[in-house]
Amino acid sequence: MTEPVEFERYKGTDDYIASDDLKQAVNMSIALARPLLMKGEPGTGKTMLARSIAQALELPLVEWSVKSTTKAQDGLYIYDTVQRLHDSRFNDRDVSSIEQYIKLGPVGQAFDSATQQVLLIDEVDKADLEFPNDLLAELDQMKFTISETGRQVEATVRPVVIITSNSEKELPDAFLRRCIFHYIAFPEPELMERIVRVHFPKLEDHLLTQAMASFYRIRQVDGLRKRPSTSELLDWLQVLQAAGVDVQRLESDLPFVGALLKNENDKQAVQAGGASSRGQWR
Amino acid sequence: MFLALFGRLRAHGVQVSVHEWLTLMSALDRGLVAPNLDSFYYASRAILVKREADFDRFDEVFLSLFRGIETPDSIGENVLEWLDNPKLMQSLTPEQMAALESMDLEALATLFQERLKEQTERHDGGNRWIGTGGTSPFGHGGYHPSGLRIGGSGGGRNAMQIASKRLFQNYRDDVVLDTRQIQVALKRLRRLTRCGRLDELDLDGTIDQTSRNAGDLELVFQAPRKNQVRMVLLMDAGGSMTPHARLVSKLFSAASKTRQWKSFDSYYFHNCVYETVWTDISMQERSSVSTSKILSDATPESILVLVGDAAMHPGELTEQYGSIDYWHRNETPGIEWLQQLRRAFATSAWLNPMPERWWNASSLYLIRRVFPMYPLTLLGLDNAVDHLRGQAS
Repeated sequence: MTEPVEFERYKGTDDYIASDDLKQAVNMSIALARPLLMKGEPGTGKTMLARSIAQALELPLVEWSVKSTTKAQDGLYIYDTVQRLHDSRFNDRDVSSIEQYIKLGPVGQAFDSATQQVLLIDEVDKADLEFPNDLLAELDQMKFTISETGRQVEATVRPVVIITSNSEKELPDAFLRRCIFHYIAFPEPELMERIVRVHFPKLEDHLLTQAMASFYRIRQVDGLRKRPSTSELLDWLQVLQAAGVDVQRLESDLPFVGALLKNENDKQAVQAGGASSRGQWR
Repeated sequence: MFLALFGRLRAHGVQVSVHEWLTLMSALDRGLVAPNLDSFYYASRAILVKREADFDRFDEVFLSLFRGIETPDSIGENVLEWLDNPKLMQSLTPEQMAALESMDLEALATLFQERLKEQTERHDGGNRWIGTGGTSPFGHGGYHPSGLRIGGSGGGRNAMQIASKRLFQNYRDDVVLDTRQIQVALKRLRRLTRCGRLDELDLDGTIDQTSRNAGDLELVFQAPRKNQVRMVLLMDAGGSMTPHARLVSKLFSAASKTRQWKSFDSYYFHNCVYETVWTDISMQERSSVSTSKILSDATPESILVLVGDAAMHPGELTEQYGSIDYWHRNETPGIEWLQQLRRAFATSAWLNPMPERWWNASSLYLIRRVFPMYPLTLLGLDNAVDHLRGQAS
């Protein structure tokens, strides 16, 4: 048994409420040095978690936002051939030293650092189907070789790796096997209230209760393209607070609903649904 | 007991690998899991289960294995903490004090747990129950709420409560389909062509041009490679297709989620394609699209894939007014529409969800003379893709 004190390194931060199972998953991922794969509805705080971990452990955070065109190689390093060609033209630098034209990507930086880093690979499912497979060996062994120079980049301290996915694509089994998995279930009202309180400590109780009621009712409307989530609720509360909307108005109306619903069809669906069920919303 | 968890999970269709099992063993061995059932539940779920769709199966197995050995560990600690706290004791009435004194710790823990259960059920897992209830002998917690809060967050459910609530039932993948294999097969249909803005560095071209310029750098750019394939999917939504609905929707979601198509269109038909197809499976008037439009929209990059059992009365194919819908009077026989589609598209295939050994109806024979037909299995799909690629190049 290693010292158990060391294990519970992550306990959440002031601005991020982590549930017990989430804390357990994070701490296991750190202790076992396995990537933590986070899934859940958009806006439930997957990306925020990585920032919270970095803050709690006082480690630097390296973020890698994956796009549809991102290749696994980009995360390791980029060989800046244009700069080298350019330099060769003016004899500015010694172009025979390729090393100076190698720029480490986010994964490379996290490996190369002498201190432990938190590496966030955000929205891994955005990239090509093969993308996760291309990173398997590197994430497993925490090292890779720069083929142009033959230098091996190896992590002396294994970084804490957080990977988020919105389930746009299924991830390959071989990749999943190496991860610790956590699914952020949508927060129930009590937890949501605590989350909101962290962000808006001075919010009036009445307003919060009424806004939460409206929020959870909207989430239950059938056929929404994008159900509002935590981040949208926080945005909405901010608007309500800034505009000084009073509670009575919230009971019969949904002011600034655009902060919650980003789609015109959804707005109509909510307004139609609300009218039939409660007879109050327009 | 532990190994039984592994076996039962696999028997219930959760594909736990030995690799993952050993990871869990090493986590237990290294003392990363606190010795109570809650911790074990979360830890084993995080390591062994990688899809939220499997959480419900995990809950089922966990319940069946560990029911009856529920440990009140986490609650017991709280009770002890509470008993150690004189401030709260003072706030109890003399009768309650007497009642408490007559209980041993075990009985108290049991009672406490019962109360907790009642309370969570009524308040849907409220974590501040102690401050509001008023019905429980423990209900004066308002004086010292922190001493009695269970678990600190998330409403104090223990592992068995969570497992027995089966919160993840909605995520089961009996409905959510694993489409990855289909996508991998379809991916081979890509035809990458350089087009669009010139924003990718052509390294070879640049070196070549620079050499020609006697070392004066000249950058050469090229357009990025993009997939040019336009996919048109026609699906039979007739009554005999109902047993295959899941398979077809699997194919549909794989094909539509594959974002690489230049365009992706899907339509429904009933048994055979006539002058109209529908974008919606309910085949209402408002979703109708004229087949002629599909014919005229076809480009050399378009691929046509039809999905259907192709089993119908031959008359539905060969005769004027042969359509199965008796109010529908098709001027042109179905087979002619199929032939027109075949000609309009450079490459096409028909996928049949029925096993090959049943491909003997005469309507199948007619259709197979028009379209190459493949079974809708992974192997069949692979062969169909081979065929579509062969015709394409």
